[in-house]
Amino acid sequence: MNLMMLLEMAAGAFGDRTAVRNGEDSLTYSELFAAAGNAAVEIRASGASRVALLDVSSLAVPVALFGSAWAGVPFAPLNYRLTAEEVERLVAQISPCFLVASSERVPDLVATEGAHVVAREDFLGGARQGEVPATDWGMDPDEIAILLFTSGTTGPPKAAVLRHKHLVSYILGSVEFMSADESDAALMSVPPYHIAGMAAVASSVYSGRRIVQLPNFDAEAWLKLARGEKVSHAFVVPTMLARIVEILEGEIGADLSQLRALSYGGGKMPHSVIEHAMRLFPSTDFTNAYGLTETSSTLTVLTPNDHREAAASEEATVRRRLSSVGQSLPGVEIEIRDEAGQALPAGEHGEIHVRGDQVSGEYLGKGSRVLEDGFFPTRDGGWLDEGGYLFLTGRVDDIIVRGGENMSPGEIEDVLLEHAAVADCCVVGVPDEQWGEAVAAVVVLHGEGQAEAEELRSFARQQLRSSRTPEQIEFWPELPYNETGKVLRRVVRAKLTGEGD
Amino acid sequence: MHVKSGTRIRSAVCSSEVMVIQAPDADADIRCGGAAMLPLDEEPAGDASLDPAAKEGTQIGKRYVDEGGTLELLCTKPGEGSLALGDQLLSLKEAKPLPSSD
Repeated sequence: MNLMMLLEMAAGAFGDRTAVRNGEDSLTYSELFAAAGNAAVEIRASGASRVALLDVSSLAVPVALFGSAWAGVPFAPLNYRLTAEEVERLVAQISPCFLVASSERVPDLVATEGAHVVAREDFLGGARQGEVPATDWGMDPDEIAILLFTSGTTGPPKAAVLRHKHLVSYILGSVEFMSADESDAALMSVPPYHIAGMAAVASSVYSGRRIVQLPNFDAEAWLKLARGEKVSHAFVVPTMLARIVEILEGEIGADLSQLRALSYGGGKMPHSVIEHAMRLFPSTDFTNAYGLTETSSTLTVLTPNDHREAAASEEATVRRRLSSVGQSLPGVEIEIRDEAGQALPAGEHGEIHVRGDQVSGEYLGKGSRVLEDGFFPTRDGGWLDEGGYLFLTGRVDDIIVRGGENMSPGEIEDVLLEHAAVADCCVVGVPDEQWGEAVAAVVVLHGEGQAEAEELRSFARQQLRSSRTPEQIEFWPELPYNETGKVLRRVVRAKLTGEGD
Repeated sequence: MHVKSGTRIRSAVCSSEVMVIQAPDADADIRCGGAAMLPLDEEPAGDASLDPAAKEGTQIGKRYVDEGGTLELLCTKPGEGSLALGDQLLSLKEAKPLPSSD
């Protein structure tokens, strides 16, 4: 089992289709297959035991991913915003490595110990020359395909290990081969070091859908590319959709009718944004996906049909599913467990545990976190409704414990967000002498919005127990997010408690 | 032949190749075009020929299952032969469409 099998099938069945486009340049599936083979020759000749990439999306991303799989070494896409020193620390974990970098970063990196640095253009130039080498990739399903440094919202980055068996199982379980029309195109705007970026490459190859790369997200460029390339599918994180909706509002006759499917995930989507987007794109199918790096991407989906049923339903239990992340994929089992590890029935809150062939749950040099029974504790809190729809309540580590009472920030945030003047908010626990922790909220108001802390507190008190009403409310112009749309609670907490910024 | 999930095998009488998705624990008599299938890297001996009773063909990307649900194969390269477990031809497994999520 090897990721290369997916590309080999694509090249065999529809080799002349465009696999990936970046600006004016593109590769067909046959060309991508040949480039992967030639890249593998280069990688092997370097003697490296890993391939890393420090770059935005370019044609080098799929070539390096499949070239690594062919060469039999793990592929580690890195965050291109890292400084040379930060890169050095990561490289130390994965050396000796073959490091593909954008040409402007090469001078900075060339002295990095343990890295054989190659500029993107040279890497691609070499890979796009020569005949297809004999197909000799390994078949061992336990070989490592991808190492992804997790976003580290709670600590220093650690590399999640995804083996070929995890990724191939994920693709075979969630994508139908050659299911895309020849004219279909998927707009990829998440960076290559995000699991959704890696999954998008593999899913698109297997379905035969052309990838259109947007190297740096900005809403205007996204819309221009979506229209110019007649994009049919796209995945966005919540902050991206919020920006797109904001821009489209000002536009007259905003037309995106060729966009058939828009999927979103990677963070909590504000209710107002998704409802707004559904009104702005009435002919687009919306899918909400929940997944983790450690699970080879998507675990659950709220399908387009679920969206429509929930939006149209009179029943509160069906209507609220619009804020769920849907039901598990066929190959994924979900259990909600309490702190003692006991499975909980529908309706009860606990930690989300998942099991399936796509689930890795392993970190480089740290071993596997998968339990003996095969379930992986995600550290995400949540609950299932009677229909098996999963609702997220936030990271288990973010739970606020106030005077022995456990509360999830998400529940309090949802209430505050219902206030007309509140555009965004983040609730965290701050140290408190009397209660252990106190509830603190940082609120971002709408441009024209006005609200006093006391007004928000009494608004929250109408729906929440008084113990859950924020004791401290601060107003900030914006919240700190990482580049893939996750609010950085660690930073919010540090700023509130005066531990630097 | 004893196969497990992830094993790739080829037809001895046509161009078909498959990957095993699910297999019985015991040895399985997996055939294509009427002849026992071979490990991917093994060249056919050349004495077998396509059985006219098993030439419906295989389609790339499709899954094939036996009646008992013990064997599931994914076609990775198409060919003229039909897949079978012993004498029993495998049938095409219908895919449940899922929305694209990344």
